[in-house]
Amino acid sequence: MSANDPRLAVTTSSVRGVVDMTHGAGGRAMTELIRDIFQRHLANEFLAQGNDAALLGTVCGRLVMATDAHVISPLFFPGGDIGALAVHGTLNDVAMMGARPLWLSASFILEEGFPLAELERIVVSMAFAARKAGVPVVAGDTKVVEKGKGDGVFISTTGVGVLADGTDVSGSNARPGDAILVSGTIGDHGVAILSKREHLDFDTEITSDSQPLHDLVAAMLAAISGIRALRDPTRGGLSATLNEIAQQSKVGMVIREAAVPVKPEVAAACELLGLDPLNVANEGKLVAICAAQDAETLLAAIRAHPRGPDAAIIGEVVADQRALVRMKTRLGGMRVVDWIAGEQLPRIC
Amino acid sequence: MKYVDEYRDQELAKTIAGSIATEADPEKSYHFMEFCGGHTHAMFRYGVQDLMPQNVHFVHGPGCPVCVLPICRLDDAVELAERHGVILCTYGDMMRVPGIKQRSLIRAKADGADVRMVYSTLDALKIARENSERQVVFFAIGFETTTPPTAVAIKTAQAEGFKNFSVFCNHVLTPAAISHILESPEVRELGIVKIDGFLGPSHVSSVIGSQPYEFFAEEFQKPVVIAGFEPLDVMQSVLMLIRQVNEDRHEVENEYTRVVTEEGNLKAQALVSEVFELRKTFEWRGLGTVPYSALRIRDAYADFDAEKRFELSVKASREVTSCECPSILRGVKKPTDCKLFGTVCTPQNPIGSCMVSCEGACAAYWTYGRFREPKPLEAAE
Repeated sequence: MSANDPRLAVTTSSVRGVVDMTHGAGGRAMTELIRDIFQRHLANEFLAQGNDAALLGTVCGRLVMATDAHVISPLFFPGGDIGALAVHGTLNDVAMMGARPLWLSASFILEEGFPLAELERIVVSMAFAARKAGVPVVAGDTKVVEKGKGDGVFISTTGVGVLADGTDVSGSNARPGDAILVSGTIGDHGVAILSKREHLDFDTEITSDSQPLHDLVAAMLAAISGIRALRDPTRGGLSATLNEIAQQSKVGMVIREAAVPVKPEVAAACELLGLDPLNVANEGKLVAICAAQDAETLLAAIRAHPRGPDAAIIGEVVADQRALVRMKTRLGGMRVVDWIAGEQLPRIC
Repeated sequence: MKYVDEYRDQELAKTIAGSIATEADPEKSYHFMEFCGGHTHAMFRYGVQDLMPQNVHFVHGPGCPVCVLPICRLDDAVELAERHGVILCTYGDMMRVPGIKQRSLIRAKADGADVRMVYSTLDALKIARENSERQVVFFAIGFETTTPPTAVAIKTAQAEGFKNFSVFCNHVLTPAAISHILESPEVRELGIVKIDGFLGPSHVSSVIGSQPYEFFAEEFQKPVVIAGFEPLDVMQSVLMLIRQVNEDRHEVENEYTRVVTEEGNLKAQALVSEVFELRKTFEWRGLGTVPYSALRIRDAYADFDAEKRFELSVKASREVTSCECPSILRGVKKPTDCKLFGTVCTPQNPIGSCMVSCEGACAAYWTYGRFREPKPLEAAE
């Protein structure tokens, strides 16, 4: 056979066509899919072991673990896609404990008929995000479901991290008098997603804020010793996160509407759609609670970091047995900031 | 955000609040009905009440399209989706309203009915275009604001020869409802509901103009100030109402001049009267049967009338007896007077429609105003 024998050009690559049931059946097609898409792009020493489970190193310190399922629609959106999001979402959950993420695992549920080229695009993005964050995907799994039983791709990721001695970051640590900070503008991710939903197409420059936050958290932990609570306001937005912490810590909160950073274009989209930016999801922002005397130092540290230039102190923790989150409005009145009920629905009038 | 923040400005709010405090006569109490749920929502969301003197009271009106739809019409919609197997297109607020046996469209959807949330009638037409083998019904609700887009959809469907698109029409009329409230025994004879003036609708008035309110300002001797939906609009309109009451005037004034004119949107009005005609009566949740208060599709467009295309079983409306939505919609009771409020009935588990819609009074009380202290606590400043 010569080098230009046409038979050599016949590729066994799976990166053509669409996902079919054989890709989950355990046969050659599945092996090729794993080799040509997953192993090829996510390659690292742990995956290279080639066993049923990854053998990890020895770790000194307390371990932290978080898991997150991603079912986003659309799969590709301005500023990101489900692949990068599946990395950031789980890394950030680990980071919100004050931990340093070490490893990720990923499992994919693919729907029959899903284009392999799109799957590759997602995995490439996931690999890029993991590499940039310095956290390898050490284990994975793929299953295929019949057409109509999934929505293209679902990705579930799990992250493990290690916590330094003495770090005690928890939603139950907030105390009256503490300051509440947010690391940047809120609502970007949710509005970017909504803008691409079916029947809701509107033109906007807004991109998702999907980004890893563990390096920002490390900088924050280095700046002050007394960070009480960290949480990323994802689904349910800032209002859900503040209510969660208030309930966990059995305290109230008062925030100032004028201090909450919201991009004008996000505010405009929310006005138009009848949404409250406080309820809209974020994927690259965090809420931090710390003692009032540390607040300015912490704010300076967040703002000095590339992931937090728009950070702000938005309010304070107060004593309140009802654990209400309230907001001093821009107008000068006061209102409750509630959890969102169900999905945010558009208004009609 | 430009053109919005200006209407939420704290300094201007303080100035208007100062004028209201100065001009409101401490010997009097002022009761103003805001007809629209949009005003109720704005007041609670921005804490307008905190800037009002104690003797200025708001009576929440029935201007929430989701809230006033009787349960039987919602049940019809569920039946269209379930029994007739249509693609039912609806505005989002309608999805969670519980019908008979707490059955909502969102529940019907979970059980397999094809219910789709749309932002506009054009989306419903698009769905009909893409699903030519299926019947698509647009669940049309709302006051005069949402009626012209429904008319456009029907005319477009006719022009393009759609065979699979129809409208389940539930459009209602604002002036008829206001007259009905003013004629009710609670207001006229019993004096249970005290109304000294109205904050007139914003978006509705952009379509119908300020002229239709002249009749009942005169007939019932009540001042009306058409008010925008921003908090400063509401405050300025309250000031204008206080001045009218103090001067014993009862005129229609327009605070929302940046949008509302005297005659309104004539093109929209012409379109609406071309496609729709008055129903002799229509049932409203809370108000009961109100004559000439709703629209139906004219015979010329009968092909697009879901009530003619599909056979719907006639149902009697049955309300949950302990739910006070009907009294709340008439301004007779406040949400906090209802035994179910915040106990059985919350936005997560709404019993009545007023807890579902973002324009409903119960939802506004619960979401923004529950446990409202007599005096607001010190803010974090």
